Amino acid sequence: MWLRVEGHWAWYRRYWRSSLYSSGIEPLLFLAAMGLGFGSQVEAGAATGGHEYLHYVAPALLVAGATMSGMGESSFPVLSGFKWQKDYIAVTATPITPGQLLGGQMLWLAIRLGLSGVIYGLVALTFGAWLRPGAVLVVGVGVVTGLACAAPVMALAAATYDEGRRFVVMFRFVMVPMMLFSATFFPIEQIPIGLRWLTWISPLWHGNEIARAAALGGSDPLAIAGHGAFLLALLVAGVLLARKLFYRRLVV
Amino acid sequence: MARDGEGDEREPHPMVSGKALVKRFGGIAAVAGIDVEVRRGESFGFLGPNGAGKSSTMRMIACVSPRSDGELRVLGMDPETDGPRIRARIGVVPQLDNLDVELTVRQNLQVYGRYFGLSRAHVRAKAVELMAFAELSDRADDQVEPLSGGMKRRLTIARSMVNDPELLLLDEPTTGLDPQARHLLWGRLYQLKQQGVTQIITTHDMHEAEQLCDRLVVMDGGQIVAEGSPSNLIGRFSTREVLELRFAPGKQDGQITRVADLADRHEVLPDRLLLYADDGEATLEAVHARGVRPVSTLIRRSTLEDVFLRLTGRSLVE
Ligand SMILES: Nc1ncnc2c1ncn2[C@@H]1O[C@H](COP(=O)(O)OP(=O)(O)OP(=O)(O)O)[C@@H](O)[C@H]1O
Ligand SMILES: [Mg+2]
Repeated sequence: MWLRVEGHWAWYRRYWRSSLYSSGIEPLLFLAAMGLGFGSQVEAGAATGGHEYLHYVAPALLVAGATMSGMGESSFPVLSGFKWQKDYIAVTATPITPGQLLGGQMLWLAIRLGLSGVIYGLVALTFGAWLRPGAVLVVGVGVVTGLACAAPVMALAAATYDEGRRFVVMFRFVMVPMMLFSATFFPIEQIPIGLRWLTWISPLWHGNEIARAAALGGSDPLAIAGHGAFLLALLVAGVLLARKLFYRRLVV
Repeated sequence: MARDGEGDEREPHPMVSGKALVKRFGGIAAVAGIDVEVRRGESFGFLGPNGAGKSSTMRMIACVSPRSDGELRVLGMDPETDGPRIRARIGVVPQLDNLDVELTVRQNLQVYGRYFGLSRAHVRAKAVELMAFAELSDRADDQVEPLSGGMKRRLTIARSMVNDPELLLLDEPTTGLDPQARHLLWGRLYQLKQQGVTQIITTHDMHEAEQLCDRLVVMDGGQIVAEGSPSNLIGRFSTREVLELRFAPGKQDGQITRVADLADRHEVLPDRLLLYADDGEATLEAVHARGVRPVSTLIRRSTLEDVFLRLTGRSLVE
């Protein structure tokens, strides 16, 4: 599994600039625009738990960024391993098994999400986006949320035999609504009650809640445990499903 | 079971042994019950037209495709339970290249070697050696994507040797190679054979099969239709010589009835007639004596192509 990560690392050494741009710099641009620009128009109030908008939005943007890049990295790039570049087929002709291949893919994703998170966190620090040391935990929350969202997408990729049009549908009808209805930019109380179930099933919302608790403090440990359990359950279910489908795809 | 596991020199097992081996995809049987045995150190060929089941068989041997039925042992082990251990000791050239085109030539070899658990220092040195073998040393640090098809093929072949395999599986290794690269590869495969590396090769190229294979099987429709050494197969299924007659366009129809009885056997191809006889010269004289006037004639020795034509009724030349 680790050897597979090494293989990705060889790739990363060549392409780190563009990949870092999309996964690390993008959320920062969001932070600058939303937190500093848009945020300057928003007054700290009950809606933001009494916090300034920058402080309110910064942790959620990290988690949202991790979710987006986790899902993105698990869609076409994974499908390519099966279908276009076929490097998964090359790898599983060695002693590496499909399960280890998946493990390596997840581990590699975790490393990249972690790395992007740290860079985001450091730059956001210079903006004064963090209030308490607990904010370092937000990076970990981002990694876990990103992985939990990535695993089912990897499973989907393993079950995709066409050109991957379903990913475009997924981005449009799953990822974008998830960004909007996960209390990333505004609290859940602002979401119409009829649509709130969307929020409850959104892994990003659960991640956001934990991230805010870590960055801003003052929340119910029981609720946090619940959010964490949701994410872990999704992660485990996603990995098990992806594992099954990786074997089905590669052992024919 | 004492005989399982690592090769025991006192009790040598065949490198590959399959009995009533079957591979089904949905309803269709790509491999419909074949028996094969490949011995240590030999070069073994699978010959057959498109869709014969060659690649399906190779993939079962490479432990990436589970058998649907029958028995299979590779290096004395069962692919079902010992896949990773077997894969560690074999080298695979798939029919379609699956290089990491975003990496360099050197990285492809090094990264792949690492998947076999080889040390960094070892794969560094090995990559240099293999790039020299594939004549890609001057492209060592170029990205793979823009390389020509033949260069990629050479790299795929080089990559299959990164773990110094005991058994090399080559699925149409020379498709896309120019004659020079093809001869280079044949030479290198011969060397490997001298070193005791067992090879299994699939090909459509009769000349290649005759050059490389000690023993081969002809497959058709998922079954083995003949087995033997190239010369043995030619002796059994063809005559010593073949007389080829070509006629002006549109003039071939009906000619065969005038000469068929002069040969042991004949084939009618779209562009020529083949007369099988042990003495081609004498047959040609007899053809001329009947007043049949082809525009060109050729007398040649029988090849595996003729064996194939006889066995399957189809030509292998695309
Ligand atoms: N993954 C698969 N799913 C379904 N059918 C398959 C699959 N792989 C092979 N087949 C079928 O099995 C049969 C044998 O295919 P195979 O690739 O083994 O032939 P081959 O002898 O290697 O042919 P070629 O010379 O074209 O490479 C074909 O009918 C093919 O359609
Ligand atoms: Mg094939």
